[in-house]
Amino acid sequence: MHISEGILSGPVLISGIALAAAGTAIGLKKLDYDRIPRAAILSAAFFVASLIHVPIGPSSVHLILNGIIGLILGWGAFPVILVALTLQAMLFQFGGITTLGVNTMIMALPAVFCYYLFGRLVGKRPHIAMPAAFACGALSVFFGAVMVGLALTFTEENFLKVSYLVVIAHLPVMIIEGIITAFCVAFLRKVQPDMLPGYSKQTSFTPSKETAGD
Amino acid sequence: MLQEPFSTGNSQIHRLDPRFKMVLATVYAFVVALSNSFPALIAALIFSFALIGLCRLGFLEVAKRIALVNGFIVFLWVVVPLTYDGQSIYYLGPFGVSREGVLVSARITLKSNAILLAFIALIASSTVATLGSALSRLKIPAKIIYLLLLNYRYIFVMEEEYRRLLRSASIRGFRPASNLHTYKTYAYLIGILFVKASDRAERVYNAMLCRGFAGKFYSLHEFSFSRLDLIWLVVMTIVIIGLEILEWVKIA
Repeated sequence: MHISEGILSGPVLISGIALAAAGTAIGLKKLDYDRIPRAAILSAAFFVASLIHVPIGPSSVHLILNGIIGLILGWGAFPVILVALTLQAMLFQFGGITTLGVNTMIMALPAVFCYYLFGRLVGKRPHIAMPAAFACGALSVFFGAVMVGLALTFTEENFLKVSYLVVIAHLPVMIIEGIITAFCVAFLRKVQPDMLPGYSKQTSFTPSKETAGD
Repeated sequence: MLQEPFSTGNSQIHRLDPRFKMVLATVYAFVVALSNSFPALIAALIFSFALIGLCRLGFLEVAKRIALVNGFIVFLWVVVPLTYDGQSIYYLGPFGVSREGVLVSARITLKSNAILLAFIALIASSTVATLGSALSRLKIPAKIIYLLLLNYRYIFVMEEEYRRLLRSASIRGFRPASNLHTYKTYAYLIGILFVKASDRAERVYNAMLCRGFAGKFYSLHEFSFSRLDLIWLVVMTIVIIGLEILEWVKIA
């Protein structure tokens, strides 16, 4: 989910940069040096996972996964997403320099927001945790699409209808992301619950190395 | 899947100082993004093509990237002219194609492609590793560089890991389709990828500590600002001033 270069107006681009810089600063402050390798390698995993194309009807969509990024990293989602988008621009030329701030906001703000909304719930009993995880995955994509719409509409009022279409086009992606996030959280609860918020290290099992067969 | 096809080459642009290229690309991208007049945008697109030409990159590779990135532009061309308020110049059934909508779409197409081509020429012509160390000389916070370089380093490892997991799934008869089983399988696959990433991070960090890591990456890249860079600084300054003149001066 990103906006290409050359579409947005100056004020939108600059507000995006300012807000993304603030979010990233908070994220970096919360990310100590000894936790950066973990964030970096997790973000490499996200980068690869977001290239997965999941079939949906006759077509396929690629995953965004900002909901899970938020759950696992909290505010750390900001720097991690910024870096992932920078790499995406360098490697595939998706997104770009001027839109880096706006695109970071589009993905990271919903991630942090959903972390606060649902972070505590995913550690509760399954009948609370599963709907919460679904909502977390689906809403992070929904809010992201809404932010794309807002960025377009603030650029040009006439883009309002385009913005509606962007949000509608993301509805199937929302559902898929919700399902994937719910299953992924269910999996992590069983395998390595201390990766999720709401679990303290003391109460969790010892994480088992190389849990699944290769 | 992950390659840097444009980073190898020995053209003038490949030899420029990566720090300088990055600053140039950023300034140029903003100048073009904030321009609105057609003469300026057309000039920018021509200049960006010239940059690509000077880079001597594979035509097919560049064309492929451009086609990929223009997906959203195609979507805009389909939607914007029909939904934009303004004078209708053509009717498609009940919908009027608005003149302003066509102009906006055309402007965006020019801008987007001009920036994209310049980005390929100036940024994608260096490897990510080089760009990372160049960024650290440009006073970008150390933690960001640290994240960027480690992320880049492990993307390839994670991709390998992912392919291995996918292979073992398909050996066990997994065929992706639009059903819950597929989504569940992908979700578990992603889950195990994260668990493996987290485990690996611990091992990597311990290994780094064993080798005396104290929170700083040392780069062996030596950057120097050569005469070639100076010539390009002059060229780019003239181009940017030219674009600004085209932007602000009305051509009768």
